[in-house]
Amino acid sequence: MSVPMVSAEDVHKRFGRQEVLKGITLEVERGEVLCLLGPSGSGKSTFLRCINHLEKINAGRLSVDGELVGYRQAGAKLHELHESEIARKRAEIGMVFQLFNLFPHMTALENVTCAPIRVKGMPREQAGSRARELLDRVGLADKLDSYPAQLSGGQQQRVAIARALAMEPKLMLFDEPTSALDPELVGEVLQAMRQLARDGMTMIVVTHEMGFAREVADTVVFMDGGVVVESGRPSEVLERPRHERTRAFLSKVL
Amino acid sequence: MPSAEVTDGAGRPADITAVPVRRPGRWVVAAIVVVVAAALIRSAVTSPGFQWKVVGDYLFDTRVLEGLLVTIELTVIAMAIGIVLGVMLALMRLSPNPLVSSASWLYIWFFRGTPVLVQLLFWYSIAALYPKLALGIPFGPAFVHPDVNTLITAFRAAVLGLGLNEGAYMAEIVRAGMISVDEGQTDAAQSLGMTRIQTMRRVVLPQAMRVIIPPTGNETISMLKTTSLASVITVTELTYAVQLIYSVNFKPIPLLIVASIWYIVCTSVLYVGQYYLERYYGRGATRELVPTALQRWRAGLLSSRREWT
Repeated sequence: MSVPMVSAEDVHKRFGRQEVLKGITLEVERGEVLCLLGPSGSGKSTFLRCINHLEKINAGRLSVDGELVGYRQAGAKLHELHESEIARKRAEIGMVFQLFNLFPHMTALENVTCAPIRVKGMPREQAGSRARELLDRVGLADKLDSYPAQLSGGQQQRVAIARALAMEPKLMLFDEPTSALDPELVGEVLQAMRQLARDGMTMIVVTHEMGFAREVADTVVFMDGGVVVESGRPSEVLERPRHERTRAFLSKVL
Repeated sequence: MPSAEVTDGAGRPADITAVPVRRPGRWVVAAIVVVVAAALIRSAVTSPGFQWKVVGDYLFDTRVLEGLLVTIELTVIAMAIGIVLGVMLALMRLSPNPLVSSASWLYIWFFRGTPVLVQLLFWYSIAALYPKLALGIPFGPAFVHPDVNTLITAFRAAVLGLGLNEGAYMAEIVRAGMISVDEGQTDAAQSLGMTRIQTMRRVVLPQAMRVIIPPTGNETISMLKTTSLASVITVTELTYAVQLIYSVNFKPIPLLIVASIWYIVCTSVLYVGQYYLERYYGRGATRELVPTALQRWRAGLLSSRREWT
């Protein structure tokens, strides 16, 4: 039996006094697409940020590909990982943000080649040709030399996806990737993500796009108030929710 | 009376051609400005006190040019120290280690809290405080004992005083630039596996430059003129050089004009440099490339002509 790509056991996270995650337990298998749904403030984004250690968890166990996030276990003791080790592990996990967070002082091509060159030490030409390939795949072969400010939101988000893929991640995290987009630009981003799912990428997607969840997700997890309310196949959770809270949420967004 | 053609041949309405609003106030103000300017120029040209002939005689005097060179050297070295120190202090200030950030805070507090002139005098007389320096292991044996009086020349004291003081101001400018960069940029850089240093170097600092450059240009221009304070500790920079000359020939006015002309020439050169630096670091911030100074000036002339008539 293979190790799950992500495994969370009773994960807790506090910001000061406020407890944002109150015991999240879930598993994501290799090649699985998991969609996290829920009202804003339910802790979906925070959980996503915990997975690549942008946030530190306070209690519980969280591991990616069989290794703890941010710690090393020696006997009964946990040792904090050094910053460079955390960085190395983050490099294997791609992340796409709601507000794209492209580097505005770099062209589309430079955005995609930057990390492979600086982090992986990939030769410039090789990184360049890989980046061209990736940007071509998301339909932006003609925008290589454009700066983010010259691109539409949908184009920026596709560059951001290419940038994350350039690191050849084993897991992709999407934090509301289409929430900041005009409705007519949502489709092009979802199309790129659909393609990625078909190629077998393990993905965790925080989204409000129910159509995408129904069509692409293997598992849908509904979160509210820092806990998992229910999870299962999209057909079960979205069509026949068992919990009142899920039903109420779905009735508002569908 | 607005002209009222409504359509051209193609059915599209013609561009509006209207009689512009009359602005007599503008003409009155412009006339005043011209008269005052003319009076100033006339007085400068005709008044014998200016002694333009003497100005011309000394403008390229070797002693003046040597002083100018020292001024430029002081400016460049002190700003270089200031910028390097400023970046280091800013990084220290943002460090998670409280001792490191407090050290930076203390430095900035001290050097911003005392006048540069006092700092210069202090460095100049540092030998009174530490006659001997000892280079070696702290609290252990020393290997070299340089003599402070010969080590700290007037020029070096000036460089130290101006540079260390500048570091404190630059630190605040750099810090302001760094905190102006959106946190999402750090998130994105870290999610790609960059370390804290790489994130700073590749992502945060280049973007902070847009905020850092204008006040740094300001500081450089200010530094160019602050170097004249080094005259009090006998550094023969531009101001002291002309002082030495007029203390012999008793013609302070034309010689101070000579110094002023060179200061203005230097600051003008810095203006141009700053403009192009801003243009370089502004890339990606706007959709179009910022025009060069000349392009912008020409565009401005054209549009103001349109507004005036």
